[in-house]
Amino acid sequence: MNPTERPTGWAAPFRELGRAALFLLTALAHMKISWLQVGETLRQIYFAGVRSLVIIVTGGFFVGLVLTLQTYDTLTRFGAADAASTVLALSLFRELGPVLTTLLFAGRAGTSITAEIGLMRATEQLDALDLMAIDPMERIVQPRLIAGIIAVPALTLIFNLCAILGGVVFAVFMMGNEALTFWSGMQSTVELWRDFGHGMLKAVAFGVLAGWLAVYYGWTARPTGEGVALATTQTVIATAISVLMLDFVLSAFML
Amino acid sequence: MKSSHQIELTAGLFLLLAIGALVFLAIQATDRGVTSGGSYDITAYFTNVGGLKPRAKVALGGVTIGQVESIALDQSSFEARVVMKISNEFNDLPDDSSASILTSGILGDQFVGIEPGGSPEPLQAGDRLLLTNSALQLEQLISRYLFNTEGEE
Repeated sequence: MNPTERPTGWAAPFRELGRAALFLLTALAHMKISWLQVGETLRQIYFAGVRSLVIIVTGGFFVGLVLTLQTYDTLTRFGAADAASTVLALSLFRELGPVLTTLLFAGRAGTSITAEIGLMRATEQLDALDLMAIDPMERIVQPRLIAGIIAVPALTLIFNLCAILGGVVFAVFMMGNEALTFWSGMQSTVELWRDFGHGMLKAVAFGVLAGWLAVYYGWTARPTGEGVALATTQTVIATAISVLMLDFVLSAFML
Repeated sequence: MKSSHQIELTAGLFLLLAIGALVFLAIQATDRGVTSGGSYDITAYFTNVGGLKPRAKVALGGVTIGQVESIALDQSSFEARVVMKISNEFNDLPDDSSASILTSGILGDQFVGIEPGGSPEPLQAGDRLLLTNSALQLEQLISRYLFNTEGEE
């Protein structure tokens, strides 16, 4: 079957889903562990993770600022301003951290992975690798997939850290709250496994999803400029929709 | 384009940063729960638990010593059976202690308050607290206040 051929007709969405699932299974079956692969994976972590740091750090910091500002303002009306740090930490660790990080990741790194693989297809580099008896699934797809699985949780951690720091900056330095109250409110309510750990599990699941969709749409991009552009757009749309849906399903299972 | 050596180094530093964030968040921003140093279960039966929820705190003298593990209806006595996890740190509570369901503040959460007794025997895992006070029902208090003239006439 030609991978760049799009399914048409009424069954197209289901065939697309099946193809994406088969693609993931194939990629998993082609996985190989060697030093060459580890090095290549590290390079992809650099491209997907380190290059996304700017957007994650600034995004996280300002999300923390605005979240504390809003909850602080609302909670003051109920005389519960002390709970602002708890609200910040719980909403961050459980929902906002993993979800926003994945959305930013899809926009920053997922698109570039799709475009890169799509262009490799368009310029017949994938076929060239095949001719040289180098498995493109192993050399091209695997490092990017694993990089996504590692980079999204890592970026989520950094996002959470920056958002908490943003909260500290607002609550402590701008509103003059006690730093001790801020931290102790958070520490007394947020639980390591139930709140923080579950959020990190989500981040790993989202990493699988974001990496998978990015390589899948790149792999199946039509080998034209237009096809690559379309695939890039589809990566963002598909990742955003499926992350938001999976977020609800995972939350329902974990709580 | 950076050399491959530099790229790998940066990727390694990036992962270190993430691990640092993990350690910082895990230590600074969370609570490992009361079960971190091990815990033991005790049970108490209440005629009414009011709005008590699983994971509510169990306190003695205002200090949290454990949390509510589960709340279920006992099918034979039709009372609520509340199982509480008490941190192993507090393994010397008298076995004739009593439990009451209290509210922190007027609109606060309900929690289980333990009142220590005077027995020299400590509570063991699986023990049952015999003396319990149920949750205060605001509705019952009000109706008792409104209709308390009946008895006086």
